[in-house]
Amino acid sequence: MTDQTSLDALEQELLAQVSAAADEAGVEAIRVSALGKKGVISERMAALGKMAPDERKAAGAALNILKDKVTEALSAKKSVFAEAALEARLVSEKIDVTLPVRPQSAGTIHPVSQVWEEVVQIFGDLGFSVAEGPHIEDDFHNFDALNMPADHPARQEHDTFYFNEKPDGSRMVLRTHTSPVQIRTMLSQKPPIRIIAPGRTFRSDSDMTHTPMFNQVEALVIDETTHMGNLKWILEEFCKAFFEVDDVKMRFRASHFPFTEPSMEVDINYSREGGQLKIGTGDKWLEILGSGMVHPNVIRAGGLDPDKYQGFAFGMGIDRIAMLKYGIPDLRAFFESDLRWLRHYGFRSLQVPTLAGGLS
Amino acid sequence: MKFTLSWLKEHLDTTATLDQICEGLIGVGLEVEEVSDRTQELAAFKVAYVLEAEKHPNADKLRLCKVETDTGVIQVVCGAPNARAGMKAIIALPGAVIPATKIALEKGSIRGQESQGMMCSERELLLSEEHDGIIDVQGDWPVGTPAVKALGLDDPMIYIKVTANRPDALGIHGLARDLAAKGLGTLKPLNTAPVKGIFKSPINVAVDEKSSCALFVGRYFKGVKNGPSPAWLQARLKSIGLRPISTLVDITNYITFTYGRPLHVFDADKVHGHISARLAKTGESLLALDGKTYTLTDQMTVIADDRAAEGIAGIMGGEASGCSDTTTNVFLEAAYFDPQATAATGRKLGIISDARYRFERGVDPAFTQTGAEIATRLILELCGGEASELVIAGALPDTARSFTLRKTRVKSLGGVDIRWTDQLRILRDLGFMVSEDGVANVPSWRPDVKGEADLVEEICRIYGLENIQNAPMSRPHDIARPVLNPLQKRMLAARRTLATRGFNEAVTWAFLPEAHAKLFGGGLNELKLSNAISSELTDMRPSLLPNLIAAAGRNVARGFADLMLAEVGHAYAGDKATDETLRAGGIRRGAAVSRNVQGGKRDADVFDVKADVLNVLEACGLAVASLQVVSGAPAWFHPGRSGTIQMGPQNKLAYFGEIHPRVLQAMDVKGPLVAFEIILNRLPASKAKSNARAALNFSDLMPLSRDFAFVVDDKVQAAELVKAVKGVDKVLIADVNVFDLYKLEGGKTSLAVEVTLQPKDKTFTDADIEAISAKIVATAAKAVGAMLRT
Repeated sequence: MTDQTSLDALEQELLAQVSAAADEAGVEAIRVSALGKKGVISERMAALGKMAPDERKAAGAALNILKDKVTEALSAKKSVFAEAALEARLVSEKIDVTLPVRPQSAGTIHPVSQVWEEVVQIFGDLGFSVAEGPHIEDDFHNFDALNMPADHPARQEHDTFYFNEKPDGSRMVLRTHTSPVQIRTMLSQKPPIRIIAPGRTFRSDSDMTHTPMFNQVEALVIDETTHMGNLKWILEEFCKAFFEVDDVKMRFRASHFPFTEPSMEVDINYSREGGQLKIGTGDKWLEILGSGMVHPNVIRAGGLDPDKYQGFAFGMGIDRIAMLKYGIPDLRAFFESDLRWLRHYGFRSLQVPTLAGGLS
Repeated sequence: MKFTLSWLKEHLDTTATLDQICEGLIGVGLEVEEVSDRTQELAAFKVAYVLEAEKHPNADKLRLCKVETDTGVIQVVCGAPNARAGMKAIIALPGAVIPATKIALEKGSIRGQESQGMMCSERELLLSEEHDGIIDVQGDWPVGTPAVKALGLDDPMIYIKVTANRPDALGIHGLARDLAAKGLGTLKPLNTAPVKGIFKSPINVAVDEKSSCALFVGRYFKGVKNGPSPAWLQARLKSIGLRPISTLVDITNYITFTYGRPLHVFDADKVHGHISARLAKTGESLLALDGKTYTLTDQMTVIADDRAAEGIAGIMGGEASGCSDTTTNVFLEAAYFDPQATAATGRKLGIISDARYRFERGVDPAFTQTGAEIATRLILELCGGEASELVIAGALPDTARSFTLRKTRVKSLGGVDIRWTDQLRILRDLGFMVSEDGVANVPSWRPDVKGEADLVEEICRIYGLENIQNAPMSRPHDIARPVLNPLQKRMLAARRTLATRGFNEAVTWAFLPEAHAKLFGGGLNELKLSNAISSELTDMRPSLLPNLIAAAGRNVARGFADLMLAEVGHAYAGDKATDETLRAGGIRRGAAVSRNVQGGKRDADVFDVKADVLNVLEACGLAVASLQVVSGAPAWFHPGRSGTIQMGPQNKLAYFGEIHPRVLQAMDVKGPLVAFEIILNRLPASKAKSNARAALNFSDLMPLSRDFAFVVDDKVQAAELVKAVKGVDKVLIADVNVFDLYKLEGGKTSLAVEVTLQPKDKTFTDADIEAISAKIVATAAKAVGAMLRT
């Protein structure tokens, strides 16, 4: 009993010491004094060996209980100090999160490129592939094959950029439209043909609404049955899809282009509300494209038999439809590379137009 | 082409409204550009009668008028010097909006006298600049007559855009024909009856076969009286903006616009001998009616008398033989000139005239004589005198041709079902002679109709394109297949990758100034425009970089010094199709990381653009690790700070580096500026044959790394050392990374590399590591003379 009494006293003393420990070092000192090699509990443990077996069993069990209690108290006290230390560190580590992040330039996609992808998405769904041709063209592809012989008045109205004459008298031109791609496609593919040909075009014209370089997209369908009803359908479907409206009113006006017969110009309805142009509402008309059934002479120039094959073609300005869709006021600014303009009218790098996710 | 509603109605019997006529014109392909109808705007302005005009009691220059209007007598204070009792004026009452000021008139008080209305000047109604007095209305108009009626402004003017294929629509009669076919009235018949001449023309005509003139019809008039034309004719011409000149000239202009048939009148007394159409002699010159002297070539046709050229065929008459008020004998010319020849002459001389405009598009050759007869009747009616018999040279060109319209063709090409009888009716209304089975003879005034497709167009445009039903197109595949080719996909990948890296994509001109072209290896003669519109845009660009650098300069000048501009577009190495390559280029200038609270400001450098290139190439599907990076790039780069990425010396894919300071100086752009350009056409096709990936094979054992600090000669490139070290064991060495570099004295450089070792089957023992380390050191020494630093 005496032993037990002294153990109880020791326990109370040690627990009181733990409880009174001022810091983590104090806890460690108590641990050493109690449980270290020469600690009071360790010494009593060592003394067990000298005891009789019965006595040793009882005393050993009591000592182990004491050891566990003290160990637990030490550990609990230690965590209290660790918690407190962590709290103190967290307080000291406070930063001002309203400070700006590391600067990173946000890139943009040019509206012409964005609209290129939008147009390709729409026509790609109907199986139109993207055809291309050189910007530096010859008379044959840019004019002759498109039913514009040298003396054709329309050829004079094209404001063509010419290159210097070659020794053989010929001279190359900068393509005045994307239509030469029609000829190149017919000469290299067998019908049925469905292509669009987006790209740069050039006219020697520069004023408020014209730039010497601009972007067009051409479409060509050649097969044995496609007619004007199909042409009207696709133009209307395209406008609805591109301008992302449920309905548009379109006005088809008979017109004249050397490379189509019959030809029509197409207007789309719009309104202007608060300075903003809205496509698909209102009763004003805006011309957006020229179109028609491919002229038999053009089909022939493409190496195909116009008695067997027919189809349609149309062309419109990529810049122009970009301006209409996104409310961009000035064509000339498209090509000025003013950072303020690029950032304002550009598109986010991962804003990729898709039919599934939407075009804008 | 301008005309007025009442002028049209002389040829079209119609009850259609102005709006219906305009809709009809637009529908048949005659685009209405402008309609000027002042009826609405001037509705509030009416004729009033000035009963009294006394001096204003308090002002010398003002008058106090009593004016009778349709709503009663009012008092008006008026400052016009011509205001007087007994005149008729145009009155505006309070509330009327004055066209010149767009302000509504209010009752006022002027120098103590109430003014209950305003009598208007021509300028206030936007009729002319006249403002010295008020309008003095002529004619017997009762008080209250609308001003538009009293002033002859109630005839709306319509301005249409006529496409180049429709010369027949350059005369009002032709427009009426289209509108009648459209169902908007009935075409009134022409009086084409010939006028019998009562004497032989003293002037004969001849036509040289080599000239542009196929047919020349002439007629001599004697004893005419020229002078101002009658009011109705002047009003017609004024209504479409033409200035009346004299009766004879006004008659020719009237016929030009009414029938699309240009004519010319000579003062016969100024003609020497006879008249012929012949080629000009080179160097021959002529003072034309526009007061300018033109020097001609032997490609041009003139109308000449026996002495000299008197007019440029189909384009403009000459001053010397023109008619004046004293003209008493007249020679009338109605001729047919070849469109191409007329156009070529007009272009070369730079003359724009109503005659050229029509002849070069093709006037109706069969109307030549008819035009002369119509003119004859007008001359005799308005100028008196006597007409000779016609003198005719040359022959009417044969324009007869016919095409067969298949009964199914409107449906198969136009996509619309129209009753056959309606199809025939439309063609006949337009002047085609058509058999019941569709053989259509083209009228002489339609040079544009050249085949069956044209007949389909005629029927569709008159029937109305709005009546063609939309017909869906087939889908080649129920679910769409991809349509882009590999280069197009790479174009998109390059663009989006660069934007993701922070570039603002630009679209710059495909052309540039010659000086810039030369700085970037361009300036070839075959890439120079012969008709550039500005000295800034003379050559096709040999590279994307010059225009991007110029753009950088402009942005810097606006205060934007840190920039990243990119473009994906074409550059031109020659004028053949294969010389055009699609490229991705970019420039970085100023801070790559700008000053910030986190620290670490740094300027863009060569390794930023190198990373741009590698990122784009990777996005394009290339295995970047296998590409060679060699120093040096084309001459517009800094020779020591530029590199080329290639698949071998023959296939250079991209260049990157600092732009040469001399180039920047020449372009007046402050550097340094780093740039890259990738030639996307040159990237090899992807070799992947299937979508399936190779099996994933990795070791479960931990990789470990060892650092080596080597000393090498300055001329040794890091890549050579890395390559040598990698070659030591292609299986166990997973990566070699240069992590430190500094210059030592004596032409040496210290290069520190970290080698990552990846055990495969068993963990490395110390001995294994020792062995491979020794091998690395030995190989580095052998390959590039690298010594381990001690």
